[in-house]
Amino acid sequence: MELETDQVGHAGVVRVRGRLTMAAAGELKAAVDREVAAGRTLVVIDLAGTTFLDSSGLGALVGGLRSARAAGGDLRIAGVGPQVRTVLELTTMDRVLRPYASVEDAAGDGR
Amino acid sequence: MRQQLVLRIIVTVTLVLGLNYVAWRWLESVNWSAWWIAVPLVIAETYSFLDVCLFGMTMWRAKQRPEPPAPAPDLTVDVFVTTYNEPVDLVMATAVAARDIRYPHRTWVLDDGSRPELAAAARAAGVGYIERSEDWVDRPRHAKAGNLNNALFVTEGEFLLILDADQIPDPAILDRTLGYFEDDRVALVQTPQFFTNVTEADPLGSQAPLFYGPIQQGKDGWNAAFFCGSNAVLRRDALMQLGIVGYVRETERSVRDALHASRRLLAQAQRTAPDPTQAAVLHEVQEAAAQALGALDAGEPLSDVTYAFQRRVDAISASVVAQDVASIRADLAAIAALPIGRDDEIGAVVVDEPALARLADRDWSPLGAIESVQALVRAVDVDRSAEAQAVMPVATLSVTEDMATAMRLHALGWRTVYHHESLAHGLAPEDLGTMMTQRLRWAQGTMQVMLKENPLGVRGLTVGQRLMYFATMWSYLSGFAALVYLAAPIIFLCFGVLPVTAWTVDFFARFIPFFLASQALFLVAARGVRTWRGQQYALALFPVWITAVWTAAANVWFGRPLGFAVTPKVRPDGSPSQWRLVWPQLLAMVLLVVAVVVGVVRAAMGLSWWVGTAVNIVWVVYDLVVLSVVVQALRYRGYAAPHAVAPGATD
Repeated sequence: MELETDQVGHAGVVRVRGRLTMAAAGELKAAVDREVAAGRTLVVIDLAGTTFLDSSGLGALVGGLRSARAAGGDLRIAGVGPQVRTVLELTTMDRVLRPYASVEDAAGDGR
Repeated sequence: MRQQLVLRIIVTVTLVLGLNYVAWRWLESVNWSAWWIAVPLVIAETYSFLDVCLFGMTMWRAKQRPEPPAPAPDLTVDVFVTTYNEPVDLVMATAVAARDIRYPHRTWVLDDGSRPELAAAARAAGVGYIERSEDWVDRPRHAKAGNLNNALFVTEGEFLLILDADQIPDPAILDRTLGYFEDDRVALVQTPQFFTNVTEADPLGSQAPLFYGPIQQGKDGWNAAFFCGSNAVLRRDALMQLGIVGYVRETERSVRDALHASRRLLAQAQRTAPDPTQAAVLHEVQEAAAQALGALDAGEPLSDVTYAFQRRVDAISASVVAQDVASIRADLAAIAALPIGRDDEIGAVVVDEPALARLADRDWSPLGAIESVQALVRAVDVDRSAEAQAVMPVATLSVTEDMATAMRLHALGWRTVYHHESLAHGLAPEDLGTMMTQRLRWAQGTMQVMLKENPLGVRGLTVGQRLMYFATMWSYLSGFAALVYLAAPIIFLCFGVLPVTAWTVDFFARFIPFFLASQALFLVAARGVRTWRGQQYALALFPVWITAVWTAAANVWFGRPLGFAVTPKVRPDGSPSQWRLVWPQLLAMVLLVVAVVVGVVRAAMGLSWWVGTAVNIVWVVYDLVVLSVVVQALRYRGYAAPHAVAPGATD
């Protein structure tokens, strides 16, 4: 997996390329924490390049959501592919992490 | 019986004389100061001596069987005519003759070329037509072995007669062979291959009267007569048993390989794991793999072991998911408890445990993320998905399926029969290039079997059977010895380098008796059939034999392709400059002649010792006579006149 951070408006954007799995979860969580610590409490995770998500990856996303919320911000996901969407729907996690169509949409109503 | 006694006496005498000569060569007469030629020569001589020993052992029990019993009237038989790209007319001539075999049977054309015109011709002639099933698409086709295996699963006769596309059967072929199967331990009856398009002189050495005669009869005496790919009847049960045993063995081997490889990979993955949790998980999988290997070693059934292993990996996976789910729950609870309200549903979300548990499914398992674990789980299974058929009755480990199949049948305790009566007439290659391709293919196949499944180490074979298979393989190493036998006299005549300490009375007194005895052995063993062509080609095709060993070793050890070609049954049009095929032999002949001239000049100038020169000139003449077969083959323009006598016909 490769991570890349970026900024769109006020939002911090983390792009995840490849497989978001046990091996990558810790790294993603750390990247989200860094964004939040830097004051960008609206974090958008761009999953357009993510081919696979497992329970650990899901755990990292929820963990990131918790950090962002605790800091008064939010964590949103954008550009999910078919496998990621299936996992989210099957686990009903799509009700917690609503997939946005694009990074711009997700960053849109940020402060 | 008396003949057998004479043969055994000659064998014994030959071996005693040979041992006497070879021991003297090693102990007393190696010229160590010229070791670079002396050692290869003594090794080559030892090779030849062992070859004679193996031949002697083969002849020891040469078996001339009495008339076969008549077959039971109600056996079911399938006759297979195998083809790949032979002309439709040629295949159909064989198929029609096969259809007209007297004993009741069904005839099938096994077309590996899937040709619609052949399918139509078969239908018109009232014979069955079989092509490869869908399962073979994008999977290893295994040439003729694959073709037969495919057909085995769409036919049902108790016995199978296998015929190459050009082998026209005698109507009595089944009546003469099925009777042997009364002994229900018999798995195979092989009959000779005899070629009708060969002149009396047989310049291409196509007839193999020594092999389809004394040698197979000798192997038969040790219950080691082997399958030669065509003109043979096989018992379906035996082949199926072979397929099933092979399936179990192959699967166990691949499971073992996967488990062994994974232990290494998992250890490596643990060292590079990003966090201790993951390392711990990998460690658990590694332990599961070790346990599975232990269970296999303890002889537990493969299916139980693989099932238990997969269940354990699933359990490890589930525990990882359970941890993740617990942390997700904790996070969600913490978010819901945050004082800042937001317009989402988190407060209302009830964590759906069964839904989250689906993350442990094989496809989405967190362990699936670790490539090595994923590959391992796939490999530790019993469905052999890389092959078209899980069960492959006819051996596929070699380009020549026949020898390996027979060896495995013998290892399972089956008996085989060599029936010395020509019951099918085929077509031999009519030009040098085709003949050499065919010999290369046989030699490569034999070397592949030797390197992959050396008979000396195959469990279930008797000592005699091991040696009978080994003898055939050993004979294909003759190319290296031939090289030495060509080089040694050239080196002496041109440079005066002596590979032996001296050509003295000591030498002649040991060598000549051994030489004469071994020639006598061949003469008596052959019982009147002419074996000189075979002897010539054993040496004269030395580049082919060396290529075969070389390419088979590269294939078996390094996975290189063999450059395998199917033997064409008709002459390829216009075969230009065939001499290019045999340039090493022609070069050797030129060098031998030059060496004689140089040797004579050196002797005349007093630079060399006349006895040595004389011995080496005799040696060169022998080499030249042997190699001259290549010139005859080059001058051969194919078959014209009908004339040849089938083996067994004169008995």
